[in-house]
Amino acid sequence: MTVRNGDTVIFHTPPIIHTWASAGGKKESEGPLADAFDLLFPDTSCGTSKWEQAESILQQKCVEHCLKKASLDPDQIDLAFGGDLQAQCTASNYTMRAVGAPYAGLYGACSTMAEGLCLAACFAAAGYGKQVLAFTSSHFCAAERQFRTPLDYGGKRPPTAQWTATAAGACLLSPGGKGVAVHSVTFGRVQDYDVHDINNMGAAMMPAAVSTLMHHFDDTGTVPADYDAVFTGDLGQVGSGLLHRQMLAEGYDLANHRDCGCLLYDVGNQHVQAGGSGAGCSAAVLCTHVLPRLADGRWKRVLFLSTGALMSQTTYLQGESIPGIAHAVELRAQEG
Amino acid sequence: MQYIWAFVVGGAICVIGQLLIDYTALTPARILTGYVVTGVVLSAVGLYDPLAEFAGAGASVPLLGFGHLLAQGVVSAVDEIGLPGIFTGGLTAAAGGIAASLVFGVLAALVGKSHDQS
Amino acid sequence: MKLDPERYAKMTREALPHSPVLKDCLWAFFVGGTICLLGEILRQSWMLLYDKELAGALTSISLIFLSALVTLPGWYQKLGAKVGAGTLVPITGFANSVVSAAIEFKAEGWVTGVGARIFIIAGPVIAYGTLASWVWGIVYWIMGKL
Repeated sequence: MTVRNGDTVIFHTPPIIHTWASAGGKKESEGPLADAFDLLFPDTSCGTSKWEQAESILQQKCVEHCLKKASLDPDQIDLAFGGDLQAQCTASNYTMRAVGAPYAGLYGACSTMAEGLCLAACFAAAGYGKQVLAFTSSHFCAAERQFRTPLDYGGKRPPTAQWTATAAGACLLSPGGKGVAVHSVTFGRVQDYDVHDINNMGAAMMPAAVSTLMHHFDDTGTVPADYDAVFTGDLGQVGSGLLHRQMLAEGYDLANHRDCGCLLYDVGNQHVQAGGSGAGCSAAVLCTHVLPRLADGRWKRVLFLSTGALMSQTTYLQGESIPGIAHAVELRAQEG
Repeated sequence: MQYIWAFVVGGAICVIGQLLIDYTALTPARILTGYVVTGVVLSAVGLYDPLAEFAGAGASVPLLGFGHLLAQGVVSAVDEIGLPGIFTGGLTAAAGGIAASLVFGVLAALVGKSHDQS
Repeated sequence: MKLDPERYAKMTREALPHSPVLKDCLWAFFVGGTICLLGEILRQSWMLLYDKELAGALTSISLIFLSALVTLPGWYQKLGAKVGAGTLVPITGFANSVVSAAIEFKAEGWVTGVGARIFIIAGPVIAYGTLASWVWGIVYWIMGKL
């Protein structure tokens, strides 16, 4: 029987991620994971004159590519969980307008990929759907003009800032079959340790990552060393350093930790300051780096977290601190 | 000599801004607003005019100079028309810069498009 | 979790990567200085034709025009990302903030986008500069009456 242990759902029959696809923009096509992307868009306008629309196209192409790889029609999707960083999640809404399948929109900021995977895994494991989709994206330009300054404004980023990835990822889950198994999922709790610096999101999200990691380890009776790797979404270099220190203080050695924000780009040379961020960052790293290694058996067991900062432009200007959240997915290679 | 002082004084005023960015949590928008208000104050206490005489564009081109311009505008308007000058003087003096930014901005929007930074 | 906001604030402060202050300042000095030098060359040239006050205004307008030209292909952004305050503090930075906003928000329409948001960054500068000059105007007027 599937059991609920603390904040974690441990599946009796693990649902399977059977197909995945990823799409990236220009900077991603110059990064260390470039070769692993399914689709690359060196022209990040994707042929449109509006950045929001460009993100939607990027996302839509990624979802369509995922369906094509699985030889599925949109009609065969029982439910799609998706979201993005745009206000009211419009990139995903317009993607699903074109795709047409049943759709539940999510807002988890940069945690959307893990959030969608957690929900899709529960939904598939419960037998409510045979084909469940989880997807997300982010676009540097759409995020920049919504959250920061016009794109042609000449400003210098502080070294703690992170670079919003222009990327999308999509995963298809089924109750069974061949692929990568989702053994358990841990839904995060909102954590707020009074960080106000909008240019230091890694620090704002770090406590959420610690909280979810500790819940997951407690609920499943595991330690970091039980996993081939523990991934966090996009804490970047600053947040990752803080995570190591805090986890050590809590009694966990995170030697096998990697951060998606530090994997998507060559942080020292690509001018991304502390690393990548954005919902598409962890989604792209999941689909280009993590899932392929579990599928071919190089890794057996991985813990994948996406972390999100849950403020808005309005609450930030009103002086509210930045709450963070993190959701965790335990992924395993299929045996035999 | 005038050119050297324009370079040195202008550069130095920018360095102060850079130090504020690196050492404080002030955002660029706040720093610029602070520069303009400081320019008005420095002009009011009579410090900025000598600097502008000495350094020319080195003092007038940084945003401190924009504040100086506003303050000078108010002074000459009050001298000319009395109390109503407090309303008309500042923006009259600054009109050229504001209107030019506006006009060239709209022209740029007509022909240009925004660029990805990557 | 063995963490509280106060301890965390200290922890994050310690973990802050340091800005390369010397390098930043050199960039700011040389690029900011160069823009001012260019301004001085323009000012001296305009003064050959007009009086000092008009030459000053024409200098600003010329620099704003040049800034718009450099903003258009995306170069001012590239320069600003390196230079920081050197391109921010001169009037060319003010112009860049207006021009880039106009270009950016064209997507939301000429009235609701460009018209409403063109001063989204420069607005506070104009607002508080004008307010400060108004306050100074009152003080100056009272001083004249004493």
